[in-house]
Amino acid sequence: MSEPILQIENVSKTYGARRTLFGRTAEVQALKDVTIAVHKGESFGLVGESGSGKTTLTRSILHLETPSAGRILFEGQDLARLSPADLRRLRARVQIVFQDPYASLNPRMSVRDIVTEPMLVHHDILGLSRTQRTDRAAELLSLVGLGPQHLSRYPHEFSGGQRQRICIARALASGPELLLLDEPTSALDVSVQAQVLNLLCELQDRLGLTYVFISHDLAVVRYLCNRVALIYRGELVEEGATDAIFDAPKSAYARMLIGAMPEARVRREVS
Amino acid sequence: MTETVQTPQTEPARQGNDRMRRAFFRFRQSTLSMVGAGMVAVVLFFTVFGTMLAPYPDHVAGGVETAARFQPPSAGHPFGTNELGQDVLSLVMAGTTVSVLAGFGVVLIGSVIGTLVGSVAGFVGGWADEVLMRLTDLTLTIPSLILAMAIAAALGPGFANMVIAISLSWWPGYARLVRGEVLAAREEVYVTAARAIGANPARILFRHILPNVVSPIIVKMSLDMGFAILTVAGLGFIGIGVRPPTPEWGTLLSLSRSYMPDYWWTAMAPGMAMFLAVFGFNLLGDGLRDILDPKARR
Repeated sequence: MSEPILQIENVSKTYGARRTLFGRTAEVQALKDVTIAVHKGESFGLVGESGSGKTTLTRSILHLETPSAGRILFEGQDLARLSPADLRRLRARVQIVFQDPYASLNPRMSVRDIVTEPMLVHHDILGLSRTQRTDRAAELLSLVGLGPQHLSRYPHEFSGGQRQRICIARALASGPELLLLDEPTSALDVSVQAQVLNLLCELQDRLGLTYVFISHDLAVVRYLCNRVALIYRGELVEEGATDAIFDAPKSAYARMLIGAMPEARVRREVS
Repeated sequence: MTETVQTPQTEPARQGNDRMRRAFFRFRQSTLSMVGAGMVAVVLFFTVFGTMLAPYPDHVAGGVETAARFQPPSAGHPFGTNELGQDVLSLVMAGTTVSVLAGFGVVLIGSVIGTLVGSVAGFVGGWADEVLMRLTDLTLTIPSLILAMAIAAALGPGFANMVIAISLSWWPGYARLVRGEVLAAREEVYVTAARAIGANPARILFRHILPNVVSPIIVKMSLDMGFAILTVAGLGFIGIGVRPPTPEWGTLLSLSRSYMPDYWWTAMAPGMAMFLAVFGFNLLGDGLRDILDPKARR
């Protein structure tokens, strides 16, 4: 295993108390002292129930939110210390696919505009001309199982699975190394889920991507991930290789989660 | 491994037309909307061609025919003649241009200023939001007619000054509407996605947020057209809008006030024209709201 691409060191995030009509609401501690290292080329699973701080962690990795304490390092660089220009450059290398494919595409933009937008934003790095961008968009679409004929369509003309493919194409457009997958299949039908997961596996093999896969679906995590971290109420409960955790969970929470898993025998096929 | 998703390969242009056709079909389902659209079409027709089609063009230009003053409606003068012997129908037809253009100008300027203020307030937030929205509230407290009179007194009466004067009290409605819509759109996932891509704030605002709040703005514009025409006529009525002999509905109504009720036809025609225009634009606005902004439907 190579050097870590992403290091999360003692990260905490507290949302301040708010004054409301009925007094003050309590402080919410979304993350408590979380430390995780993600290595190049692996699929790292982040498992936790709703409200456990998974989304806060992804937003912090994207630097859409700043942690209250701790550091997040991407290839050894502290995100909080980057200049705005460096941060923008870094955003080309870390991308995200959101949970809800119906909400994450701008309904007023054509697929061409959606997929070429990262190339336009990072024009200084990628330096693609207009026609090159369209060519690249067509290439990305065929990579995710769509085609150039979809370029001038609008998001509402696609099904959920197809939209998620567009989201993946958009995330890949700037040539990222790290892809955050925030429950990318939980809004999809089961049959489509499998297709999208297979697509993700294939893309990882082909492009050498590193995944941080956030999910509450243990079967999916077991299928896709090499290593897993469990978080519960903002705290890291257990971390380790997927097989080790699923076969011999150490913490009571992990045992409880695995015990609650529906009986599913999913194994990663050796191809 | 990955199955290619099967979709029928239709022309994208046809898809777009299909959407338009469906919207048009829904619009046509509502009789009132169609009536409104028809009335607006007539009003717009006279806005463009009114002066040209007027049966007595010299009256429109200010010609007087005192021998034929106060003639009741007849075949030659369907709406009679006024105190100067001018054909009322010709004046009303020519007056459409001024009234509707002024109303349109007011709505256009008001919506542009309001959208700018509202979107910056909603998007930037914080102190910018506070400052801009308090400024908006402040403007709302000033009665529009008084402000317009003050501006007309300062800049002098005239078409352009009148439009500017009304616009200055017209934008707060748009600022509030747009701010609310931008606040909602700002939290959309596709906006977060754009930020994660690294798009700059201007790009996010103009490419992702504003295109998604255009529908309610257009609906409000078409609903406001009627009121703007009415306000323009109101200013003309109290004598600080367009000066005679340029025909304008409010001015025509104001002049005929002294000859009521004996020579009722001098007031009838401009009043009816105003009624039709305002009613038409309101019906059209309601219809547009139903297809563009279904959430607001009652």
